[in-house]
Amino acid sequence: MTSVVEQKATEARSRQLDVERLRADFPVLHQSVHGRPLVYLDNAASVHKPQSVIDAVGKFYSHDYANVHRGVHALSERATDAYEAARDRVREFINAADRREIVFVRGTTEAINLVAGSFGRQRLTPGDEILITAMEHHANIVPWQLLCEQTGARLVVAPVDDHGDVIMAEFSRLLGARTRLVSVTHVSNALGSVVPVRQVIDLAHRHGARVLIDAAQSVPHMRVDVQALDCDLLAFSGHKMYGPTGIGVLYGKAELLRDMPPYQGGGEMIRQVSFERSIYADIPYKFEAGTQHIAGAVGLKAAIDYIASVGMDAIAHHEAQLLDYATSRLQAISGLRIVGTAKEKAGIISFVLDGVHAHDIGTIVDQQGVAVRVGHHCAMPIMKHFGVAATARAAFALYNTEADVDALVAAVEKVKEVFGHV
Amino acid sequence: MSDLRDLYEEVILDHNRNPRNFLRKPAETNRHAHGYNPLCGDEFEVNISIKDDVIEDIAFEGAGCAISTASASLMTEALKGKSVKDAQKLFQGVHHLLTEADDGQDLGKLAVLSGVREYPMRIKCATLAWHIMQAALRNEQDTVTTE
Ligand SMILES: Cc1ncc(COP(=O)(O)O)c(C=O)c1O
Repeated sequence: MTSVVEQKATEARSRQLDVERLRADFPVLHQSVHGRPLVYLDNAASVHKPQSVIDAVGKFYSHDYANVHRGVHALSERATDAYEAARDRVREFINAADRREIVFVRGTTEAINLVAGSFGRQRLTPGDEILITAMEHHANIVPWQLLCEQTGARLVVAPVDDHGDVIMAEFSRLLGARTRLVSVTHVSNALGSVVPVRQVIDLAHRHGARVLIDAAQSVPHMRVDVQALDCDLLAFSGHKMYGPTGIGVLYGKAELLRDMPPYQGGGEMIRQVSFERSIYADIPYKFEAGTQHIAGAVGLKAAIDYIASVGMDAIAHHEAQLLDYATSRLQAISGLRIVGTAKEKAGIISFVLDGVHAHDIGTIVDQQGVAVRVGHHCAMPIMKHFGVAATARAAFALYNTEADVDALVAAVEKVKEVFGHV
Repeated sequence: MSDLRDLYEEVILDHNRNPRNFLRKPAETNRHAHGYNPLCGDEFEVNISIKDDVIEDIAFEGAGCAISTASASLMTEALKGKSVKDAQKLFQGVHHLLTEADDGQDLGKLAVLSGVREYPMRIKCATLAWHIMQAALRNEQDTVTTE
């Protein structure tokens, strides 16, 4: 009989990724930059694509491509099948109850704008409130500001503490009778904080508010189950999860989507058009006006297949190990400060270096072949909260290794050398 | 690999560490402008006092990367005592230095900025303060951006 400890150790081993083998799936990783092997750590901005995704898109264009839902010919039928199979795959991936709850959009930004333009314009009246947190991406701030200008609603912002955790007592206090919508990020792209969205959703529902989750940074890195969360709406982007650019998903509960008016008008989203009035199609087509990014959806399905073949739990485990390793190695560098030390973090580390601007860090580490993001990460308000104009940010994907972290650490030491801080 | 020392020249590092004409305002400021680089959040304010078409004093405030800070600092040193016309000429010279293959006119100490040429992403850092200075001379109240 094996002991519990042994069993746990076996489980942990079986969860270890064979990263070297997986790296072979990503052609872009095998190149030199400025004469050094590329170390790609800009994965919160966008993630590279495995060969299977690249091939799926190529194969689709080479064999099956046509417009969807429009032709009776063979190619149109094949293309329609592929497009709708992608919808089924997304449904399964986030465990939605119904395939009609999956709306294809360009990405997280368009999904949020869709909700603002449809749900928001239909339901918000002067004095109504939209509650967000202080660490949202601009994509989850600006659409609400536009909506507030149009409707007279108010944008309310729940504060974040000095670690990068939402102050839940304040969040509860700010929820009120006028809160119509709560829109929060699941994982902060600037700090890596994981927001306790289960609790956020429960609290919001008790006040009768609907909840939209910005899952751009969570869906690629952890299991997300929309029924377990009970969120009303959820948005994410294909390009951050090993899929193509230009394709993303808005999930919405069917009863809610049915009540929401169309966002854009055009072909595909109607049942009948006359000059007197048009009758809209059912969900999800009501929200998919015009020719969609069909090949993008096909690529997204291939990306989900890829993630499933690697295993989401194994990916999450691997990235958590990298986060721990990178945190301890970076912390050991004198003059370096990690910005964002939330209780629970995803594989994202933002940092600043005494006396060196993030932009200079970016240029110097790039010369060492290391790609990080520097700047405000489209989250200027939270940067201001931490008193920095910009940070450098390393973010992990399944293909990163401890050697990548070592390269980053060596590159940061080089920054200090150039600036004479050794 | 380009040599990082060409970009992060000693003079540039020195002006970054100890910017000249920094965090003060000329007593008789009569030209002023503000600008920022939305890409990286660099933000400066340039204050100038002009008398009889001559830059009597010039200083700057704000925060930015080493390249933008050093360029701003070097600019204030170079422009003090220059006529408005010469300041324009120097702006053209720096612009040429950063964007053309050759150095162009003799720019003295400002020539250390030539290393930025090899780093196209950083040219806007080096020109930020200069654009703000130009806006100040034109007395534009709007914020300048590098975009
Ligand atoms: C948390 C978060 N929300 C929204 C977005 C916007 O995503 P996209 O640019 O794919 O629309 C991003 C991407 O940077 C993000 O990190």
